Amino acid sequence: MKYPVALTVNGRRHEVEVEARTLLVQLLRDELGLTGTHVGCEDSLCGACTVILDGKALKSCTRLAVQADGSEVLTIEGLAEEARRAGIASPSGLHPIQEAFWDRHGVQCGFCTPGMVLAAKELLERCPRPTEEEVRRGIDGNLCRCTGYQRIVEAVRLAAERLAASAPAPGERRAPA
Amino acid sequence: MKAFAYRVAKSEEEACKLLGEKAVAIAGGTSLLNLMKNHVVQPDTVVSISRLSGCDKIEPAAAGLKVGANVRIADLAASAEVKKGYPALAQAAANVASPQIQHMGTIGGNLCQRPSCWYFTQEAFDCLKRGGSTCPAREGENEFHAILGNDGPCVMVHPSSLAPALVALGARVRIAGPAGAREVGIEELFVLPKTNPRAETVLAPNEIVTHVLLGASWPQSATYEVRQKASNDWAISTASVALKIEGGSCADARVCLGAVAPVPWRAAGAEAALKGKPVTEESALAAAEAAVAGATPLNQNAYKVTTARTAVRRAILLAAAAK
Repeated sequence: MKYPVALTVNGRRHEVEVEARTLLVQLLRDELGLTGTHVGCEDSLCGACTVILDGKALKSCTRLAVQADGSEVLTIEGLAEEARRAGIASPSGLHPIQEAFWDRHGVQCGFCTPGMVLAAKELLERCPRPTEEEVRRGIDGNLCRCTGYQRIVEAVRLAAERLAASAPAPGERRAPA
Repeated sequence: MKAFAYRVAKSEEEACKLLGEKAVAIAGGTSLLNLMKNHVVQPDTVVSISRLSGCDKIEPAAAGLKVGANVRIADLAASAEVKKGYPALAQAAANVASPQIQHMGTIGGNLCQRPSCWYFTQEAFDCLKRGGSTCPAREGENEFHAILGNDGPCVMVHPSSLAPALVALGARVRIAGPAGAREVGIEELFVLPKTNPRAETVLAPNEIVTHVLLGASWPQSATYEVRQKASNDWAISTASVALKIEGGSCADARVCLGAVAPVPWRAAGAEAALKGKPVTEESALAAAEAAVAGATPLNQNAYKVTTARTAVRRAILLAAAAK
C-alpha cells in the first residue's frame, strides 16, 4: 500500500506516494533525485544524512517519509539558493557556511560535508557566535574520518563571523542578489 | 524493513484503539526505526502519536510542571523552567546523543525506548527478551551490562538518559489506555526482567505515556554521566541526585543511578547516608560507596562499580553547589 506525502523541499512543493517503510532519505535521493544527502551508517550515528526539517537538523535515515508529510525540508542542494534569496550569498554564489568550508579546507573526501554543513547551519541559527566548545557540541552528531575536525571547527567559526558581519541591521531589508 | 501499515492518531483515544500486539507507537522513532531496520521489531502497523493534541508542551501545573510526552529532548534541555527548577533533568536532556537526536527524540519515547543491548538489537542472537531461551550477555560480552539488579534472567541496562533524573525528582507519569487514564510514580513505570523478561515497562501494548508530571522544584539537583566518549555515546554510569539542604545539612536526598541496572536504580543507601549530614567530599564519597555496596558485577564489568561510584559522588557535589 502507498501513502500520499506532500512536502516542500528546498522551496519546491512535491506530492508523492510512498510505501510506509520508505525512509525520508530514500524519498529525497531515489524519488526526488537529491543525492547530495548521503547515507553513511543508516543507523542515526554518522550524520551524513542530516537535513533541516521545519528548522531543525535531523537524521533523514531515521525518519519515515510519511512522518514528514506537511513538512518543509532543506537539503544541501537548496542551501546556496536560500542564501541568495536572503541576500547573504558569497560572491561565488554559495552560502557563507559553504564558502567558509572551502576557504578553511573543511572538506577532504566530502562524504560528511552536506550533513556537516547543515548541522552547522542549524547550530548558527540557535547560537550565532559559538565558542569552539559550542561548535564541537553542535557537530557531535556528525562523523568525519578525514579532517580530524579542526578545519571544520575553524570553518564554522569563520562562517559565524561572516554571517554576523553581513547580518542586516534591525529593520533593514536587503535587496535579493 | 518489513512492510507495514501507517496510521496517524489525532487523540489518545484513537491511539489506544489503533495500538495492540502487532501495532506499535512511533514518536521520534530514533529507537524504533533502527530496531525495525534490524528486523528486531516487526510490527504490522505503526501508529504515529506525534500529532496527539495537548502532548507537545511544557506547561505550569498545580504543583510544578506538566510535560507532554511529545516534548522534544532539545526543548527540555533548553527550557528555562526546567533548567531553573529541575537542573538534573535539563542536564540529562543536554547529555543525550547529539543535537539531531535531541531534536527527534521525545521525553515519552526516551522513557519507553527498548534496550540498546547489542544482543537484543541484533536479530542473529537468541535473546531472552525477544522470545529466546537465555540471556547471551550473562556469560558473553557484558562490559556495558548491569552491575545491580542483575539477578534476574536478563542483564540489560535501562537505556533511558532521562529516567534517572525523573526518579530523583520524584516525577509521575500519566498513562492513557482503552479504559481511560491513570497516573503512576515514575519508578512504578519500569519492571525488572524477573517480573517480565519481555518488556521494560508496565505499559500494555495499547497504552501510551501522555505526560510526565513534575512536582515541587528541586533547584539543588544534578546529573553526572560517565561515558567512554565525550560525545554521541551511551553512558556507562549515570547518577541523578536531588537534595534539600537546610541549615547547612542535608534535609532530604534522592539518588538514582542509570545505565547500571535493568531499571533506573534508586539508591536508598546513598540517600540514608546523606540525610542529616553536611554535604562534603567525605559524606558524598560515603554515600557513593553506599550506592554501589550491593553491586554484583559480571565477568567484564567490575570497572562499572568504580564509574558508578564516581558518578554518584560528583552528582552529589554538583547538586550541593547548585543555587
